[in-house]
Amino acid sequence: MTFDIFVIPFFGGLLFLLTVLIIKFSRWIALIDRSGRHKIGSGLFSLQIFPATGEVFMESLLHRRMWKQNMLLGYMHMTFALGWFMLILLGNIESRTYSGGHLNPPYYPIFLKFFVHDKRVLPFELNTLPGFFRFTMDFILLVVLSGIALALFKRIRSKWFGMKKITRHNAYDQWAIGSLWLIFPMRLLAESLTASVHGGGGFLTNSLGDIFASFLPVDFLSNSAYIAWWGYSTVLGIFFVTLPWSRYMHIPTEVVMIYLKHFGVKSGKVINSFSEIEMRACPRCGICIDACQMNSAGMTASTPVYFLRALRDQHPDPQLNSNCLLCGRCQVACPVQIDILDLRVASRSNDNNRIDAAYSYLPADMPDSKGINVLYFAGCMGHLTPSVKKAMVKIMKAANVKYKFMDADGSICCGRPLNMAGMYEAARSLMEKNRQIIHASGARVLVTSCPICYKMFNEEYKLFGVEVLHHTQYLLRLAEAGSLLLNHSGLSVVYHDPCELGRGSGIYKEPRKLLKRLAKLVPISEEKEKSLCCGGSLGDFSLSFEQRMIIRDEALETLMAPSPDILVTACPLCKKTFHDGTDVKVMDIAELVAERMDLPEPEPVAEEELAF
Amino acid sequence: MKEVSRFGYSVSKDRQIDFDSNSHEVARKVAAAEPSLNLCISCGTCAATCTAAKFTDFSLRRLILLVKRGEIKGLDREVQKCMLCGKCQLACPRGVSTRNLVLQINRILQTEVR
Repeated sequence: MTFDIFVIPFFGGLLFLLTVLIIKFSRWIALIDRSGRHKIGSGLFSLQIFPATGEVFMESLLHRRMWKQNMLLGYMHMTFALGWFMLILLGNIESRTYSGGHLNPPYYPIFLKFFVHDKRVLPFELNTLPGFFRFTMDFILLVVLSGIALALFKRIRSKWFGMKKITRHNAYDQWAIGSLWLIFPMRLLAESLTASVHGGGGFLTNSLGDIFASFLPVDFLSNSAYIAWWGYSTVLGIFFVTLPWSRYMHIPTEVVMIYLKHFGVKSGKVINSFSEIEMRACPRCGICIDACQMNSAGMTASTPVYFLRALRDQHPDPQLNSNCLLCGRCQVACPVQIDILDLRVASRSNDNNRIDAAYSYLPADMPDSKGINVLYFAGCMGHLTPSVKKAMVKIMKAANVKYKFMDADGSICCGRPLNMAGMYEAARSLMEKNRQIIHASGARVLVTSCPICYKMFNEEYKLFGVEVLHHTQYLLRLAEAGSLLLNHSGLSVVYHDPCELGRGSGIYKEPRKLLKRLAKLVPISEEKEKSLCCGGSLGDFSLSFEQRMIIRDEALETLMAPSPDILVTACPLCKKTFHDGTDVKVMDIAELVAERMDLPEPEPVAEEELAF
Repeated sequence: MKEVSRFGYSVSKDRQIDFDSNSHEVARKVAAAEPSLNLCISCGTCAATCTAAKFTDFSLRRLILLVKRGEIKGLDREVQKCMLCGKCQLACPRGVSTRNLVLQINRILQTEVR
């Protein structure tokens, strides 16, 4: 016997699922732009296929990043993914031992225990092939069931799983979750009831079957078993039919996304076909909620998981799009590594991109810059905290650097604030002016004090022949070359990683190396890629002043925990924001350098020369 | 008139706010989208610190005043001189979300009023 009518909900659901997935993915991939499709074409036949497959195994099955986040969370996800995968794989092999190696219809291995009642082996007999399979299959089922128990427990005690807040799922997802949770208990029930009537089964199903048989009549068990198989098939069918529009769409989508990313397909500046794939790769796990400072400031609705939901459901909400600090903490935490910031900015381009920039008034040359090596750019924010630019000028004079202060007398913005608003066209016209000024100066190095400008010049400008450095990098270079002689202050300092410099540009090492020459650097709980945003971010357009202060004060709590003498940062905007919120001295790293340098020449720079 | 300007002065054209022809619609819409519009006391700190004002006569203070008065002619062009750099937002003593204000004025002038 290899067919029974109860397999239809499962089999129909499976066929439906496969059809929908094929249609959806071929549409998305067909809509990827030409260069992206070319990358996919060449990627499929490149060596990239191996690391990509490796990542699929590590992330989609083992859930390595989930393990890193929390052991229980990792185990829970692994039991579902790897456990179910092993049940399917081993179930297929097992079914072939009964069908003489022939290819079976897809439902046959799933419902094997209904079709085959093998009484030849005892439940704990491991030395025969059928016995081994039976034991292993029962063992894996037990492991998966333990995962479901944990998933249920997570609803009550999410803290055990390292999560303070969990996602509030919509009704549709709750249906999908319910059907998934029922699949494996139903399988256990069906297999056990069958074992109670016909014998067979492994250590788990056979023993449970014996218990049933001990107090229930055979007729009843036989009928219940058949109903349980129907139930098992039905929940599988419901799960498959709901999957393409539920959170579990992340299972196939994440796999596709990992391959595409390895082939070099990137998220664009507007919402495109690859964005559609990325937003569906989001499993709504909610790990981003705790990471997001919007959550602690009482704006949980703006956290990435809900932003992505609005995007996916095509309910774009300008408020949701604009209420994000673009600090990047979510992206570091995201176990699927979705480019959340790119998606957020891309979503803004629909809201704001109507601007037709009117920047024809801007100048585009750099007078008096003959023979200079370094062009210094303080940036708009740098001008609001003049102590930073004064310190930089003092240092460069002391180190005899041939420099020109590009925006000594006011500046053109670098364009990143416009980019953050999704107004790329407007940003481009600013960039064009700046590019002309920079190239006209003849400088080989561009040093910026503001990490926002640094990220922009470094990533978007493509300045040929000009090295872009943040002042932390440049000052360390001067110190290491011996152009600056620094003396240790003996003070204890905490270093705050600015979002745009740390997570945004990956510069963690240089400021720390530099600081260790100047002071005693005290570690804090949230630093480097986990660093908190100061709340001043130019990335957010809808926070009120008061809301920003809540975020700032929360960050200050962490930063001030070790009671440092000075809070040091490397961003004028962070400095300005923190300055108003604490009595502890807040300094830019450049100020500390300027204060602790021994001038190599006997005559110090005259004060008048430093005034602006 | 000519004689006065020779001394380095000029005389403003006689004008008054004409609420018969001006409309408060834009101001209402902007305030709904960014309520901190109503916190503004027109002190001019924003204009004093403005990056764009270094090169042009752009003034957020004037822009806000004109929006509030309903004199919106030409403002759709004027608002686009802003670079969104955010200096005014940090300088503002009233905590006005100036960057969003500019975005919202721009959006409303472009899409909702014509």
